[in-house]
Amino acid sequence: MTEGRRRYLLDREGVLGPLLLAPAVVYILALVGIPFFLAVGYSLSDVTVGDPSFDYVGLRNFRAVLDDPVFLRALRNSLFITVVTMVLVLVLGKILALVLVQDFRGKWLVRFLVLLPWTTPVSLATIAWLWLLDSLFSPIDWTLRWLGLLEGNLHWLGNDTLAMASVIAVQVWRIVPLAAVIISAGLIAIPPDINDAAEVDGAGFWRKLFQVTIPLTAPVMAVATLFGAILVFTDLSVVYVLTRGGPVDATQTLPTWAFFRGIQGGDLAQGAAVALFLLPLLVAMAVLILRAVRRMETM
Amino acid sequence: MATVEVKHLTKRFDGNATPAVDDLDLATGEGEYLVLLGPSGCGKTTLLRLIAGLEQPTEGEVFIGGEPMVGLPPRARKIAMVFQSYALYPHKTARRNIEFPLRAAGMASDERARKVEWASELLGITRLLDRRPRHLSGGERQRVALARALVREPDVFLLDEPLSNLDAKLRATARDDLKQFQDRVGTTTIYVTHDQVEAMGLGDRIAVMAEGRIRQLGTPFEVYDDPADTFVATFLGSPPMNMVARNDVTVGFRPESLLPKGVVEADADAVSVAFDVSRVEYLGAERQVIGTVEGLGPPTRAIALLPANVAAPVPAGETSDFVVRGADLRFFDKATGLRASRMVL
Repeated sequence: MTEGRRRYLLDREGVLGPLLLAPAVVYILALVGIPFFLAVGYSLSDVTVGDPSFDYVGLRNFRAVLDDPVFLRALRNSLFITVVTMVLVLVLGKILALVLVQDFRGKWLVRFLVLLPWTTPVSLATIAWLWLLDSLFSPIDWTLRWLGLLEGNLHWLGNDTLAMASVIAVQVWRIVPLAAVIISAGLIAIPPDINDAAEVDGAGFWRKLFQVTIPLTAPVMAVATLFGAILVFTDLSVVYVLTRGGPVDATQTLPTWAFFRGIQGGDLAQGAAVALFLLPLLVAMAVLILRAVRRMETM
Repeated sequence: MATVEVKHLTKRFDGNATPAVDDLDLATGEGEYLVLLGPSGCGKTTLLRLIAGLEQPTEGEVFIGGEPMVGLPPRARKIAMVFQSYALYPHKTARRNIEFPLRAAGMASDERARKVEWASELLGITRLLDRRPRHLSGGERQRVALARALVREPDVFLLDEPLSNLDAKLRATARDDLKQFQDRVGTTTIYVTHDQVEAMGLGDRIAVMAEGRIRQLGTPFEVYDDPADTFVATFLGSPPMNMVARNDVTVGFRPESLLPKGVVEADADAVSVAFDVSRVEYLGAERQVIGTVEGLGPPTRAIALLPANVAAPVPAGETSDFVVRGADLRFFDKATGLRASRMVL
């Protein structure tokens, strides 16, 4: 009897469920949970790379961070880059999505090319961009010179404004495909009758776009925006490879500043404190994503 | 108001060998209620979409009010369409839905409000105006969709199976409403359905379609009483017309024309048949008698429909004498299926 019971153990939902969930739970705890609590612990301590002993110092690190003009600059830059990138991503992603849902010859090739930036590893792609934006050999400068629009060089990464523009351009370039694919899924989900009804009702392209298509894909666009925003907001590689935060902290962001402070500067405690400033904003974005998803379910 | 006319209209979809609409000619009268009736896949919805401008024809012409329409987008055609799914905008209230075509036409807001009120009163949905489609029942949605079509005062209404998403009970009352509504506004209407009861009840004329062509165009009486071919004969009527092969013709007669001997006064050309009854179904208002007729051609399965006031006993498992009046017999060419001249059997 007990032999038989053991044989059917895996048929019991109470056993099988936790068993199947366990790997995911272990994974999240080990790679998200422990580092997170470690970061919270570090931010309240005086741990450095040279002296890993833990001494509680209260909110000293946070006070120090908030008094640091570089931190404030990094926070401002992070928000600026994220907001500008997402506005551009939304517009370009929507346009690309409208193209992707059309039927035309060679559609698969266009889809493939559109998705390429998304599938390339960020650091690798950024190195390619580094060459494109090189101060002496930039093909962009070369093209502009050839067209007679430019004399000399632009020093893309050496000038505050151009460096910021470059970072944003690369972020837009790598997030747009994701947004376009998510939004085109939303477009496909609109019943064809509704598009037909709008046409019969006399709506032209813009009216249809703003009165029918965009409202109906709004929740999907919200999800695409928030996912993209999280990816941009937490991204380290683009700024690290392109500008190292420079020139003189002009493109410094929270993740790069936390990295330079905590790992390269050796002050783990302050690095953790800087990184924790990402948390409230990320939590807010996660809540918004979940809300948007719920709105999609009730529509 | 306007008439709709199509000439030599053909529509081929990529990858389909047979055209969805095949060299089709059709013209409505002024203010006519024309029903396109046919089985699914016969091209009736494609024809409607070609008239609406939602599809462009491969060949042929579409005229609305005498004006050529091919190449014009739907919004330039002064038509309104009600879709099978109603296609209401889910994020807009009923009022905004109804207003949408007026806004698109750039109408001033006070005039818009007046029109919405007029249309919603006509359809009895005034109290629903501030609800979203998701909070409306199927019948209410259908009315909102009709109101949205009506407010623009179009030249032509195009209705694509507007009743098929309603349950059977609601469908009957909605059909009534639809008919009254059309009588009142008097706009030329093209109505697509696969339901012959709807077609017979609503249509001034019915165009019976199959395989992208019109098999017969006529009043409900004409298409039922004098079908142009065997397809129309067997598609219309429930149960369909009985068909018996005889030499080089097919002889058809409606189930209600096959009656026990003595029930009807036989005319000069009446034929007597032996009806070998296999089963009798009691349906309340009538009896459906299923069996095999002999004596007309080779023994053939047939159905007789006896109204409740025909009390003659028709025992199952026995052969009874039945009669079909000569005036109720229809003849079709065996090879082409087309209507043949009358003959005396």
